[in-house]
Amino acid sequence: MRAVVWKGRNSVAVEEVPDPTVLSARDAIVRVTSTAICGSDLHLVDGYIPSMQEGDVLGHEFMGEVVEVGPGVDPAKLAVGDRVVVPFPIACGGCAACRAGLWSCCENSNPNAGIAEKLFGHPVAGIFGYSHLTGGFAGGQAEYVRVPFADVGPLKVGPELTDEQVLFLTDVLPTGWMGAEMCDISPGDVVAVWGAGPVGQLAADSARVLGAHEVVVIDKEDYRLRMAADAGHRTLDFEGVDVRSALLDITGGRGPDRCIDAVGAEAVHGSPHIHAYDRVKQAVRSETERPHALRQAITCCRSGGVVSVVGVYGGMIDKFPAGAWMNRSLTLRTGQTHVHRYLRPLLERIERGEIDPTRIITHRMPLTDAVRGYELFKTKSDGCEKVVLTP
Amino acid sequence: MDLTATTTVLAPPEEVYAFWRRLEVLPQFMAHLEQVRTTGERTSRWRASAPFGRSVEWDAEVVDDVPGERITWTSVGDADVRNEGTVRFTPAPGDRGTEVRVTLRYDLPGGVLAQAVAKYFGEDPHQQLDDDLRRLKQVLETGEVVRSDGAPGGKRARGEFPQHAAQPLTREELAELRREEVPA
Repeated sequence: MRAVVWKGRNSVAVEEVPDPTVLSARDAIVRVTSTAICGSDLHLVDGYIPSMQEGDVLGHEFMGEVVEVGPGVDPAKLAVGDRVVVPFPIACGGCAACRAGLWSCCENSNPNAGIAEKLFGHPVAGIFGYSHLTGGFAGGQAEYVRVPFADVGPLKVGPELTDEQVLFLTDVLPTGWMGAEMCDISPGDVVAVWGAGPVGQLAADSARVLGAHEVVVIDKEDYRLRMAADAGHRTLDFEGVDVRSALLDITGGRGPDRCIDAVGAEAVHGSPHIHAYDRVKQAVRSETERPHALRQAITCCRSGGVVSVVGVYGGMIDKFPAGAWMNRSLTLRTGQTHVHRYLRPLLERIERGEIDPTRIITHRMPLTDAVRGYELFKTKSDGCEKVVLTP
Repeated sequence: MDLTATTTVLAPPEEVYAFWRRLEVLPQFMAHLEQVRTTGERTSRWRASAPFGRSVEWDAEVVDDVPGERITWTSVGDADVRNEGTVRFTPAPGDRGTEVRVTLRYDLPGGVLAQAVAKYFGEDPHQQLDDDLRRLKQVLETGEVVRSDGAPGGKRARGEFPQHAAQPLTREELAELRREEVPA
């Protein structure tokens, strides 16, 4: 089959690889009908998440049709022919974390848990196409994919909705939603969202659905800010204004009540000096992230507010504003998305038309054009916000 | 050489004890064990992999057995590597299942084979036992040892890097995997 393969730092290719087979009793094989490129794929491709290997199949946002199930899958739960969306974290459903709804912290789904534990202190769940640290599972930017614990993760969807309407249930919609949900939004709250990529856009939409008085989206790309403005959000260009002053102005000096970091490890700072400081520390590996968005969110958030982090971090950060965080009673909440929690409720919101995740799609192309898709997305060329690939 | 490790399994102590007491199941999750065969009510024959494709065998006897609480076994006779082990099962607080604590002791007096075995366990033998218990938890909570394309060998995946790439195995690799898994 054809698949998008990691060839080395900043290099991907579409190559012929073996078809997947059932390795474990609770596996299913899914024929992929739609898959997308995620911002976190860029972190993998450019080498900021460790433990990628040449030949790794990428992709953790995918859906399709079940073509084979292992002998351990209850046919009442999943059967050949079912149309499914597949959550990006792999979760067993049987451990304490899964039972508690912390699906992305599944204690059993990562065969390389011992390695993850060394880096993170405790292990994390397996994730499709997302380095060997999260298990070394082949991803879904491919014609077929093996789905472990297929009786737990995949959500069956009927034919009434298109692939594009439900594809983002796999990751970016629940991720944006969880970012907003962690904010515990109250009436009157102003929510600031750093990052107008797909997750930031959907976090902003989610914050509005959850009752925010106003949502302010911060980025520097005109086309991304326009996209947020078209969806009815207020926008700030961090290269054009001082973000803190602008947020104080919008909120009558209070600061945003809730702040969402939808940027993560590879932020760009408005000041070239500060950007260079972190970029150099990253290059010599004394810091693995450039946490400008997180720092700014913490500094801007009103006292007693919540800073919710759904942008991806993989390692260590430098100059964490602990003083602001501690002295001003801020709550910091975060997590890899517990996608399984949100599948059905968000599917229902899509059906009711409360959220339309298709608004972020800017590019559609065959899987064979994936290299061009990655390039457009990485360089933010041609107004690229979200690339959907069809095998 | 003393090794200890612990994990919590979401199942009652009686169930985890009963699983472990069937000593034949140990090779399912303990990386170095190839086979454990019951030879009597308290006796068993163990075979473990050793360096250079060799294996070592010994007889063992359960010397302490408190259902739902603990099992202690020890090698008997002239085992190449004398060893003993204890596993304790205690209820975790607040319905969190069972805390499993394992202690293994290998008597390595300095013989050539003993040295080779010590080396075989590597620089971090504790990590191996940790991984063994992680797999015990996988088996009891999910039914089997978890596998990925990068770590397709289940319990033989020692987390060594580089692994197999995260892409499906070729027919030849699958055939080899299945050959290796036929119980000897």
